[in-house]
Amino acid sequence: MSTLEIKGLHVSVITEEGAKEILRGVDLTINSGETHAIMGPNGSGKSTLAYSIAGHPKYTITSGSVTLDGVDVLEMTVDERAKAGLFLAMQYPVEVPGVSVSNFLRTAVTAIRGEAPKVRTWVGEVKEAMTALSMDPAFSERNVNEGFSGGEKKRHEILQMELLKPKIAILDETDSGLDVDALRIVSEGVNRVKENQDLGIMLITHYTRILRYIKPDFVHVFAGGRIVEEGGPELATKLEENGYAEYATA
Amino acid sequence: MSLATTTNYMVPTGREEPWRFTPLNRLAGLHETSVELHDRISLEPSDIPAGVVITVEDAEAFPPLSTTDDHIVRRVRDGVSKVLLVSIEKNAEIALPIFLIRTMVDMTPEISRVQVNAGINSHATIVIENIGEGVLAEEIEFNLAPGANLRFVTLQEWSARAVHVARHHAIIGKDATFTSYVVSIGGSVVRISPTVEYTGPGSSAELFGLYFATDGQHLEHRVHVEHGVPGARSRVNYKGALNGNSAHTVWIGDVFIKAAAQGTDTYELNRNLLLSHGARADSVPNLEIETGDIVGAGHASTTGRFDDEQLFYLMSRGIPSEQARRLVIRGFFSDIVSKLKIEAIEERIMNRIDSELSVVKI
Ligand SMILES: Nc1ncnc2c1ncn2[C@@H]1O[C@H](COP(=O)(O)OP(=O)(O)OP(=O)(O)O)[C@@H](O)[C@H]1O
Ligand SMILES: [Mg+2]
Repeated sequence: MSTLEIKGLHVSVITEEGAKEILRGVDLTINSGETHAIMGPNGSGKSTLAYSIAGHPKYTITSGSVTLDGVDVLEMTVDERAKAGLFLAMQYPVEVPGVSVSNFLRTAVTAIRGEAPKVRTWVGEVKEAMTALSMDPAFSERNVNEGFSGGEKKRHEILQMELLKPKIAILDETDSGLDVDALRIVSEGVNRVKENQDLGIMLITHYTRILRYIKPDFVHVFAGGRIVEEGGPELATKLEENGYAEYATA
Repeated sequence: MSLATTTNYMVPTGREEPWRFTPLNRLAGLHETSVELHDRISLEPSDIPAGVVITVEDAEAFPPLSTTDDHIVRRVRDGVSKVLLVSIEKNAEIALPIFLIRTMVDMTPEISRVQVNAGINSHATIVIENIGEGVLAEEIEFNLAPGANLRFVTLQEWSARAVHVARHHAIIGKDATFTSYVVSIGGSVVRISPTVEYTGPGSSAELFGLYFATDGQHLEHRVHVEHGVPGARSRVNYKGALNGNSAHTVWIGDVFIKAAAQGTDTYELNRNLLLSHGARADSVPNLEIETGDIVGAGHASTTGRFDDEQLFYLMSRGIPSEQARRLVIRGFFSDIVSKLKIEAIEERIMNRIDSELSVVKI
């Protein structure tokens, strides 16, 4: 049982005009086995929240705290956060030219597990995970995200999640850019990890269709850099019908 | 050992176009007629495979096969009494690389001339490794008979004070293919001019380069491809990384397509990766075309900083920052290194790159 606890989180980015506050006091607790959907208008700060938890250097935490099982996450380096059990499936996965997927996966898994995976079982493990996500094993030999289509990048993110077995995963618009079949396949992948690992999930999305596959326990409305309303799955349906007008912030 | 005679060619001052990037004051006098150059053949072949003959010949018996206006190369030509001759028999299929190793031990300026003759339809790979500390001016000419396929790998793994000025000239016959990999990592000043001319149609040159300059190093590569006959092809791909104060690299990519060279197909590329402030990469592609009747001609040159997003991505998967950096830099060079197909050398180059990185402050 793990708990990610975000308290009073304020985050700024440096702009040419100086520091600009994006997150204005985020409070959110995610326990193992729980799925929290985060929905909110473009630019409201959802990715900022995701990146801040993962430790992207662009974001400055001005106040508040993030802990995983009581341990200060904000003190950790980016790789330490991953080793502690956090995973971020990125909205825009990064291309890494010249680094093959197989080399990347093996290096990441070795770092997270603390030892190199056994050669004999490893190849099969990767192949199985790829097959489950309907990814051609030929992707192993390609460079990380290079030339991948939008949907292929998202599958690759979930593939990594399956292999790295995190405690808490943040999925930032993993559903965007997926066709209907891919949406189901990727969702099944997420649900597998959720079941096997008792994964806690922060699911950032604009659409309710993914919520038909990955059932949220809680839905949070994100606007103006903080959570402005919380509810159950019914809140998502209401948002889809009414939009975010009533949450407009100055 | 004989003493080289002095010549009367114009001594470069640094204002001439070909010399404007080169720190002449750090050449240990290679360009100064007052400085004696010692004629010595310091390349040691390891096992010589069947189909290859390596001999030392009188220089007069094997005069240069090409012309040059490079002042230092002319000094080499005037100064050497012997030339190292590498002859690859026609139709020879030599799978294992021919290794020639040069280990220099002191800073006495040396000159060296090598001539490689690749026979008709022969296949071979030559590797020249330069290690140690020394001052060297050299010329290597490659003469490819029709249908020959010659791969040339040269590793500049000099120690810190070495000075190395070289011309590698390939004369490529009909349907022959020349591929070179110039890897420059060590040395204080390295200035290599890989140059190419063609003598028949269907000829092809692929020139690859990899360089990594750290604190104070000057690594200069001056590619010159002369398309003077119809139906020849050239590809140039040089990649460099720079790290540390006053690390300086220069890449010149001159490609000339003469009026007679219809059907030419050429593309040249130079990419530089700046890993720290205070480093400078000069990159000057130059394409001159005298005929419109070509298959293709293009060039690209980019110089950029290390991509922090790549680092973040890898680290967010648990990979520690040092290892993530190594992965990104190895990745940057991988398209060139992986083409070498000589595993031991690939691994050595990657390890050298790693060690150059260990001083990186990104
Ligand atoms: N360097 C910057 N300068 C100015 N504004 C910035 C900078 N970086 C981010 N922002 C702003 O921060 C806000 C939050 O961005 P963020 O990516 O977190 O939004 P989001 O909720 O994920 O949006 P979307 O739904 O479109 O993905 C945006 O308005 C964005 O323009
Ligand atoms: Mg976003």
